[in-house]
Amino acid sequence: MVNIKINGIRIQVPDHTTVLEAAKKVGVHIPTLCHLKLDDFGIVNKVSSCRVCVVEEIGKPSLIPSCSALVYEGMNIRTDSVKALNARRNNLELLLSNHPFDCLTCAKNLQCELQSLANELHITEIHAKGEKMFYPIDKSSNAIVKDPNKCVMCRRCETMCNEVQTVGVLSAINRGFGVVVAPAFNIDLADSSCTYCGQCVAVCPTAALIARSDIQKVWRALANERRHVVVQVAPAVRVAIGEMFGMAPGTISTGKVVTALRRLGFDAVFDTNFGADLTIIEEANELVHRIQHGGVLPMLTSCCPAWVKFFEHQFPDMLDIPSTCKSPQIMLGAIIKSYYLKNLDILPRRLKVVSIMPCVAKKAEGARPELSKDELNNVDYVLSTRELGYMIKEAGIDFANLEESEFDNLLGESTGAAAIFGTTGGVIEAATRTAYEMITGESLGNVDFKQLRGLEGIREATVKIGSLDLKIGIAHGLGNARKLLESIKAGTSHFHAIEIMACPGGCIGGGGQPYHHGNQEILKKRQDAIYAIDKSLPRRKSHENEMVLKLYDEYLGAPYGEKAHDLLHTCYTPGERI
Amino acid sequence: MNSKYTLLVCDGASCKTTHKANLAAGFKKVIAEKKLGEFVSVVKTGCFGICGQGPIVKVLPDDLLYVSVKQTDIEEIVEEHIKNGNVVKRLLYTDPFTQEPVEKQKGKKIYQKQFRIALRNCGLINPEDITEYIAVRGYEALASVLADKTPIEVVELMKKSKLRGRGGGGFPTGLKWEFTAKQPGNEKYVICNADEGDPGAFMDRSVLEGDPHSVLEAMAIAGYAIGASQGYIYVRAEYPLAIHRLNIAMEQAREYGFLGKNIFSSGFDFDIDIRLGAGAFVCGEETALIHSMEGQRGEPTKKPPFPSVSGFRKKPTSVNNVETFANIPAIVLNGADWFASIGTENSKGTKVFALAGKINNIGLVEVPMGTTLREIIYDIGGGMVNNKEFKAVQSGGPSGGVIPKEHLDTPIDYESLKQIGSMMGSGGLIVLDEDDDIVQLAKFYLDFTQDESCGKCTPCRIGTKRMYEILDRLTKLEGSPDDLDILEDLAVNIKNSALCGLGQSAPNPVLSTMEYFKDEYEAYAYRKVKHTYSIITDKCIGCTKCARVCPVECISGSVKVPHVIDESLCIACGACYTACPVNAIEKP
Repeated sequence: MVNIKINGIRIQVPDHTTVLEAAKKVGVHIPTLCHLKLDDFGIVNKVSSCRVCVVEEIGKPSLIPSCSALVYEGMNIRTDSVKALNARRNNLELLLSNHPFDCLTCAKNLQCELQSLANELHITEIHAKGEKMFYPIDKSSNAIVKDPNKCVMCRRCETMCNEVQTVGVLSAINRGFGVVVAPAFNIDLADSSCTYCGQCVAVCPTAALIARSDIQKVWRALANERRHVVVQVAPAVRVAIGEMFGMAPGTISTGKVVTALRRLGFDAVFDTNFGADLTIIEEANELVHRIQHGGVLPMLTSCCPAWVKFFEHQFPDMLDIPSTCKSPQIMLGAIIKSYYLKNLDILPRRLKVVSIMPCVAKKAEGARPELSKDELNNVDYVLSTRELGYMIKEAGIDFANLEESEFDNLLGESTGAAAIFGTTGGVIEAATRTAYEMITGESLGNVDFKQLRGLEGIREATVKIGSLDLKIGIAHGLGNARKLLESIKAGTSHFHAIEIMACPGGCIGGGGQPYHHGNQEILKKRQDAIYAIDKSLPRRKSHENEMVLKLYDEYLGAPYGEKAHDLLHTCYTPGERI
Repeated sequence: MNSKYTLLVCDGASCKTTHKANLAAGFKKVIAEKKLGEFVSVVKTGCFGICGQGPIVKVLPDDLLYVSVKQTDIEEIVEEHIKNGNVVKRLLYTDPFTQEPVEKQKGKKIYQKQFRIALRNCGLINPEDITEYIAVRGYEALASVLADKTPIEVVELMKKSKLRGRGGGGFPTGLKWEFTAKQPGNEKYVICNADEGDPGAFMDRSVLEGDPHSVLEAMAIAGYAIGASQGYIYVRAEYPLAIHRLNIAMEQAREYGFLGKNIFSSGFDFDIDIRLGAGAFVCGEETALIHSMEGQRGEPTKKPPFPSVSGFRKKPTSVNNVETFANIPAIVLNGADWFASIGTENSKGTKVFALAGKINNIGLVEVPMGTTLREIIYDIGGGMVNNKEFKAVQSGGPSGGVIPKEHLDTPIDYESLKQIGSMMGSGGLIVLDEDDDIVQLAKFYLDFTQDESCGKCTPCRIGTKRMYEILDRLTKLEGSPDDLDILEDLAVNIKNSALCGLGQSAPNPVLSTMEYFKDEYEAYAYRKVKHTYSIITDKCIGCTKCARVCPVECISGSVKVPHVIDESLCIACGACYTACPVNAIEKP
């Protein structure tokens, strides 16, 4: 513990506390911009570059960044000196002087941290006006739009891309006033090895990095009477969307989402969780098949499209180990476009599938050529949780006070095993529940595999299934995934199955979720809600989903069989690393 | 012809490139032709300092300097001086005050007040021959340290000498070594910062070109003191000659066992490698330099942690500047007390300055700390060109500030320069005369820093750009009095809140010029400045030279008739001013 003084207030704080954290303890607020610290998720941005949080350390000529400066015995800080206040305001003014003032039509209007700061510091005039950056906007990808002119060089995206995800696409280029974050040589994102995980989007304080908006396309489809438009909702959406309507983080609003989607005019509302249960049946069968027939092990999950793109680019020589299962959204899309379609009396191209996803990469996944059949995509449009929120707001629906309703049958039925797909550890826990009963032929009593839960970046567990010690690995965040893959490559670790989710925390922390603005408690509440849904459901094993069983009976035939392969499995393509 | 002559031919980058002369080869050829080889040896050396007068040839034992020597002069020097013993008077250095030719180097005022420690061997030995370095007690300091001193005693010696970092910051070298030495762990590094980037500064280059072994020796001493076995020289790629000579020197030192395993059978291992800088000014900042060496983007990071704790590869690292290193063997050989007896109370030893601008003797000088600017400019520098009036001197490059006439008698050291709003920096001194425009000078430096900013922190990335824009506006007479307040606010804020030393010192040229020459800023802000050139009719001889060089063709007039400038078109480029042979052009 060290003794320090902040604005004359004496306080004792632990070593390694930052001045910002210490100030918070004595009720002193310091504005921040580039600062980002989500310790429990392994995310810390320590560049101290924006200089919006500078404070005066008595006796030192230069101001210090409170977000990263550590306390020491006898430190004497003034956060409110004229020198510090002037510098903070001046630096914010400088950032604004190089910012396009299109706030009214900006994707981040009222969600923008720069805008909030300008309001907080009451900036009404910019004294030093001048030239502004002028870079072309990168709209090359199906998922992310990059507008360098809105970049404030906080480098949060770079930290996510390089340190957390180890994708290494984004970094600062050029120098002086022309500095901006971009791929090497400022190539388009679509030409880079970007996985579209969207973690850059999740942390960008402005609209320099945003998810591509597909709202207008969906409105257009809904407006066309000849279209039959169905929608599916991913597991992590229902525990986060309430935040956009003033509801507490972690509020479960499954029923409200269904009602809202019907009101928006969708012809049928299905649950991606059905697809998740289907995925488990296929994946568990594939795993058991691999174990029993000497196939390649470990088997890696393949639900996460950013992860898929990551291993295609970063580990192109290991494409035989991921499961060939499509992701739940694509599986459900494939079923809708085949099984569901056959009972509709319409031309196939008039059936449109919209997915509501917590994810940015799902947008790009939807457009992958191998995930289409007869030139029709399994999924046509992918909206993020945020985009659904915007549509609900635009339609004037009072979401918080909406009555609840049920998904449409039969693709709306799901189990607790599907619900936990939304968090790290969930997919593998769901698969274990099914694999256990498949291998042992016994009924599993306690379905809670607590050893698979948690937030550590890499987790390992051994589950006893009959005579088999099933070795399981879990990683969330692509940087952790890389470590795990490298240990497999080096032959230093031996697993049967590994679950990987690209985003820290899993889909609850996806790039398409409502902005958490650096508050990790929000992410934890979402995770709690996911497990609460699981616990509340009568059926918690995917193979007990009666509608899924019915689908196999009526249509697919045997799990992991020929028809299932045709509709529910996919292949991977090696990519380059740039 | 009775004694053996030695011709020391300057082979520094400046003399070497002037007139593209390969003088040494020329001398050798002529000497061979005249069959004088046994009487004369020709040695290529490093810089003599008076680069403005180069190429320089020194004749020993006569202690005589020939200046501005051309290929065509070789024949005459060999014939007259070497063969006949007659001094070639027309090639002697002319004293700017007496207008008399000076024969003896020691007789030159330019050398009288100098005291050479860092540059002690420059212009004296052949930098490409290790035996010449050994002959001037080279590697003796390393040998004595390894034989007689513990690493702690070396650190104590440095602390006692009170040597401070010559790269600009002025941090005590001994303390830096002590911090690094005290860190736990076996893997530590010594880095020589040779990323000299100030416009007009070339002291480090001259040391590396003229006396590379002194730096290698000092690095090995540093390695012994802090417990490192690997050193790196981070040198800018724009210094090919320095790199070439460093490579030769390292190879020779390894051959002699001064680098490598078990040096002087002491059990101490030390080797050195070169890392090339890609031409970013900010990489002279030690954390940025380390990132660059690691293959990262050359950007500074917040200190602490200091490199002494977590530096190259996150290991304790001592980063010292070239000139700092060059002092160290001399300190070891002559003792800490000797070094501490030179200079002022808190700044010991000497400092090398690069003299440039409107001064007669452009070049490198090394003077004891505490020498006044007046002595440097008038005694050593030979005074102002054309006896114009001294206006100010910019010290410390883009990070420093101007020093006006009233501070000419300030004894130069780290503290006194800071007190008058400038800084030692790496030692650039650019002398301005009455014709120089102070606001244009500030604009020049801000243009430099805003371009060289790494762009990491807001105040430096956008702030210096805005400062430059205001200065640009002012000098184009498009500014306003409000701009002066905004400029000052920006400058103060950047100084207070930028992330690294580059950013924090970037506003210095503006802050100091605004303090001493506010009237010039106001003249621009209130648009009292005449913005165009004009022709003094009485003086104009109608030679048409100005009209021919004018890029916008705004000068008219017939031959032998006074010309006229159309002031509405003039862009104030100054081409006519330079071209006029009779000083008939009036500046804005």
